[in-house]
Amino acid sequence: MARKIDLRRFPGFLPMTYLCLFLLYAPLIIVMIYSFNESQSITNWGGFSLRWYGEVFWGVESEKFKAAAIHSFIIAITAATCSTCIATLAATAMLRAGRFRGKGISFALINLPLMVPEIVTAVATLIFFSAIGFTTGILTILLSHIVFCIPFAYLPIAARMQGIEEVYEQAAQDLYATRFQAFKLILLPLMMPGIISGFLLAFIISLDDFIITNFVKGAGIETLPTAIFGSVKQGIKPNIMAISTLLLLVSVVFVTLSWLVGRMGQNRK
Amino acid sequence: MNTLLKTWASVLALTLAATGAQAEGKLSIYHWFEYIPQELLDKFAAEYDVEVTMDTFDSNEAMLASLKAGKMGTYDVAVPGDYMVEIMAGEGMLDRFEPSELSNFGNIAPQWLDVGFDPGRHSSIPYQWGSTSFSVNRDVYKGDINTSDILFNPPAELQGKINMLDSQGEVLALASMHLGIPQCTSDRDQLKALNALLQSQKPNWASFSSDGAKDVLVSGDAAAGMIWNGFSAKAREEGANIEYAFPKEGFVVWMDNVVLLKDAPNRANALLFMNFLLEPENAAAVTNYAQYTSGVTGVLVFLEESVANAPELSPPDGQKGEFIMACPQEVQAVYDKIWTDLKK
Amino acid sequence: MAGLLKKTNSPNNAVYGGLGGWLMLPAWAVIGIFLVLPVLMMLVYSFLTKEFRGGVIWEFSMAAYDQFFFDRGLFGDDPPVIEWTYITIFWRSIWQAALATFFCLIIGFPTAWFIATRAGKNRSVWLFLITIPYWVNLLIRTISMKFLIRDTGPLNEWLIASGLISEPIHMINTNFAVQLGLFYSYLPFMVLPIYASVERYNFALSEAAADLYASRWTTLRRIILPTVRPGIIAGCILVFVPSLGAFLAPDLLGGAKNFMIGSLIEEQFKGNAGNWPFGAAASMILLSMVLIVLTFYARAQGKEGAR
Repeated sequence: MARKIDLRRFPGFLPMTYLCLFLLYAPLIIVMIYSFNESQSITNWGGFSLRWYGEVFWGVESEKFKAAAIHSFIIAITAATCSTCIATLAATAMLRAGRFRGKGISFALINLPLMVPEIVTAVATLIFFSAIGFTTGILTILLSHIVFCIPFAYLPIAARMQGIEEVYEQAAQDLYATRFQAFKLILLPLMMPGIISGFLLAFIISLDDFIITNFVKGAGIETLPTAIFGSVKQGIKPNIMAISTLLLLVSVVFVTLSWLVGRMGQNRK
Repeated sequence: MNTLLKTWASVLALTLAATGAQAEGKLSIYHWFEYIPQELLDKFAAEYDVEVTMDTFDSNEAMLASLKAGKMGTYDVAVPGDYMVEIMAGEGMLDRFEPSELSNFGNIAPQWLDVGFDPGRHSSIPYQWGSTSFSVNRDVYKGDINTSDILFNPPAELQGKINMLDSQGEVLALASMHLGIPQCTSDRDQLKALNALLQSQKPNWASFSSDGAKDVLVSGDAAAGMIWNGFSAKAREEGANIEYAFPKEGFVVWMDNVVLLKDAPNRANALLFMNFLLEPENAAAVTNYAQYTSGVTGVLVFLEESVANAPELSPPDGQKGEFIMACPQEVQAVYDKIWTDLKK
Repeated sequence: MAGLLKKTNSPNNAVYGGLGGWLMLPAWAVIGIFLVLPVLMMLVYSFLTKEFRGGVIWEFSMAAYDQFFFDRGLFGDDPPVIEWTYITIFWRSIWQAALATFFCLIIGFPTAWFIATRAGKNRSVWLFLITIPYWVNLLIRTISMKFLIRDTGPLNEWLIASGLISEPIHMINTNFAVQLGLFYSYLPFMVLPIYASVERYNFALSEAAADLYASRWTTLRRIILPTVRPGIIAGCILVFVPSLGAFLAPDLLGGAKNFMIGSLIEEQFKGNAGNWPFGAAASMILLSMVLIVLTFYARAQGKEGAR
């Protein structure tokens, strides 16, 4: 009755997953709890209060944080989208296009953003932008974000593509599909888990970046990390915890919605 | 999907365009983080109808690096510390103004008027000043704390429980005072002694942290720690039973200054802002927020009582602090080596 | 089979053969202009004379590399001997990064496997569950981690209250804390690529192995791991390389008593040293180390493909 063993299960993997989730969420639970703290300090509990949430929406700094959040999301979504597209094309070239000139160094090139220490990229990019007469602003942030997001999008996508045999597309071509059709109808759907992984990684990397952004941003343009940086460095302020909790809430709502939409789509079928 | 893309493209275009527009009446400030209340900036913006933007930095050196890498011409004013004013002036990064251009120039406290780093105040005005030494948790150690032995030859209770500022200049300055040698000495034996002192004391130090200097004292992670006086006052208010020391060997005094940057895009507004900060009421607002001491006369009446009477802000009579010196290149090279050796 | 693989690698038969250059063009253009050019500039900087307090003087000099490899004493006039300081710092960072990669793999692989074996629609929810914490800024997460594990923090208090321990476990300012921080910073970079690979795994292979009386663990070692290797390697690169240059976790959780590569380089640009050529040189040495390892990896991959 060996067949009865569920081959997908390995003893110990489930506890590992829970451990993983625990480690990821434990510090955030602290953040959430203390965002309801009446007291200014993180060390003492001063009773339950919503005052920091009020501060986020109506406090003196609320305008700054709102603008920063909007900038951050626009930049993160755009940078993640662009870099995912670029990375998908690059992965196709590397794994599906046979030999071409410059293939040898391409792998190193794509991973270069990962290898240069952030502070060096930051200083070098700023010097470069000012040398070519680019005014720093949102565009400079966006460009540099696209660059350093590429390897984070590329590696999961390429890893996925390596697992897909070429025979599917060849079969499609044998049935007179154009190469574009083969790409769009065969490769892309098969690639989706890799592309989603890559997009998510690029998104969180862009959303989180401080060092490079701080150097290449224009005066007065804030992203979330640069806006909260000062209020966090010397110990987290409660209003920052409230903002973080709200961000988590937004992400959870986002996930729930996408799950519901996905389920509806399934039911209709 | 297509409509989604189009909407997104227009959102993106709008964002890019909106930030590209240059409005009249702007002021761009490069400031330390957490060092000016937002209300004060709003007040200035409302009073003079100027759009104020502010970027922040976390150390004098970081500010210098970013200005040098290409941000000159972006900001109107910056807030460097004392020795950094001198360095920036030497680099030709500062613009000059005449005292007559600021109607409140006379409000500058006399002792801060003719300072070594900007004689006659032609590029800078005082912002806040304070001192750097250390604070000790009185639950842990009850002996005399007004000696730099606490850091550099600690009693058994404090060994391994000390946090140092992660700042080369301040650590080496206090260590030099502890040894009784001048700052930026070029005497080889003295420099060797300095190096030996730091090497021998490293095991007594638990961590290096500047931003966390308050936090480690409040949480009890450290029982003693190098810290700035205003920061220590905040730690005390948050419930730490700590006392700020004025060591007899000496302590560091610093002053932050608002400087007029060269190529300032809005020079006139920059001067308006500097003048605004010399108004006692506004200077007091900064002091109440940051808990350091203003360099402007007449602020006392506007101060909150807890700030005006904070023990951290009044050194005992007869004890004077020293400014950190900007060392010449050869000595700085040795300092860098000592610092790297300490943290290798 | 070998012949078949070889054939697909030849330019004519590859599905998008001949398009390689065009498909690669966007990546080349973006990275080439906005990263390679700046990095080349840094390479040039590493061979220039340092300007006191930051910046460079346009005069050729090997001083930066000399400083890295040779120790000339405190005052710079002793006869040169090998400099161990920076090698020690590099070695420390490499070791830390390797450990962090190992731990991420040990915990990340089971997690990725678990996610990939969920029912289709639930997978994306699990994926999001892994990435949601990263919507909160790294600095905030690291500081709250510090708060959590300090001697008087909730973790120790809870352990004491539950009677498991009587004295708080000292975790802050230790290597354990640094590892925890690195692990925490980079975990999804391990999970997501592995997930992308495992998701593609064909369970018929496991069944075949089971039919041949292979145990679960043999199947894992002999069949599954080799099949999902590309994902594992991608994950390891994504964790190892950023960990090398990380300084937030070592500084905040480890107490910043010792330089890491990241903080050493940062100090050259943003600290008192203001030694841009040396910072540039240290970055170039780091960069060439990683490049060499990656080239070997790429070459090994290439050989395997050709086999």
